[in-house]
Amino acid sequence: MTERVLLVDDEQEFLDSLAERMQSRGMNVSKAATPAEAIMKTEKESFDAVVLDLKMAGMDGLEVLRIIKEKRPEIQVILLTGHATVEAGVEAMKLGALDFLEKPANLAELTKKIKEAQAKKMILVDKATEAKIKEIIQAKAW
Amino acid sequence: MPFKLDIVGETGLQFYGKMSASMSHEIKNVLSVIQEHAGLLEDFAVMAKQGGAIEPQRVTTLATKIQGQIERANGIVKGMNQLAHSVDEPVKSLDLGQTLTLLVALSQRFASVRGVRLEPTLPSNAVTVTSSPFILQNLAWLCLDFAMQVAGNGKVVRLSVQPAGQGAQLKFSQLEGLGDKPAETFPGEQEKALLQALNAEVEMRIGEIVVTLPGDPTR
Repeated sequence: MTERVLLVDDEQEFLDSLAERMQSRGMNVSKAATPAEAIMKTEKESFDAVVLDLKMAGMDGLEVLRIIKEKRPEIQVILLTGHATVEAGVEAMKLGALDFLEKPANLAELTKKIKEAQAKKMILVDKATEAKIKEIIQAKAW
Repeated sequence: MPFKLDIVGETGLQFYGKMSASMSHEIKNVLSVIQEHAGLLEDFAVMAKQGGAIEPQRVTTLATKIQGQIERANGIVKGMNQLAHSVDEPVKSLDLGQTLTLLVALSQRFASVRGVRLEPTLPSNAVTVTSSPFILQNLAWLCLDFAMQVAGNGKVVRLSVQPAGQGAQLKFSQLEGLGDKPAETFPGEQEKALLQALNAEVEMRIGEIVVTLPGDPTR
């Protein structure tokens, strides 16, 4: 099953090359060069994983993570950072990030994390669907 | 702790650490871009081996982009090097235009993260003072850091230098939000210590911060 990924980074060249490499490996990739664009895309489209830069112009990556998880808790977020600090890593995990990778990230490792994200999202969506069906059955008293 | 750092030394260490962390972060960003471009070239080679057609122009474009990133990294390392050498001599004759250029290079990422645009105006003729290169750079950063906080809705900080009597002035202007902040937040303890060390003065005007430096602080 094709993984649907949103790449978020204010380095346009990084976005373009990484997206092309991921697409050639069979992933369905969208790009966002600003935090606002990323938030808008997660509201309108469905993604298995968001690969998010921690430090961007305009809004901190942790704040973007918080907003995405608040609106779409099923979306799995993988944070990328130029300099990983323990504090930022702990904060990201507390906010619900799937993982925290240091730049320059290895594509094989990133792909593995994206596949994990897709599997985790499917479990969450299945559970939510099951709960909804139970709710309907109870409400209708079938 | 049994020892106490002096405020000028402690402020300087904080400044040096902050700048080093920011520039190393920038270099990591450059390395990430180069890694993805190199990875794409590798993908092209794999495709070519499998009989796929690769447009030579795509390879040329990627090579040009890698060259551009190398130039970007070189600029960052040059800034790191200039900052490192600013502690070589405690006091020397300084071209404030160069001080301003280095300040902008060091601060660009901080400005970008805050969504602030830095607009430096370099003097047409050299403006020189005799001062401590590192302490002056540190003071200029603290002033710019505050200026970015009070840039207001315009999100612009204009920077310039000009001669003033025997000395010179360093100006941070277009600060639309200056006046919103309580006066006691700036200059703080650190800025006051650096001003004293440089025998300099700071003046808060409507929309601007002006640092006046003596021509030679030892006179």
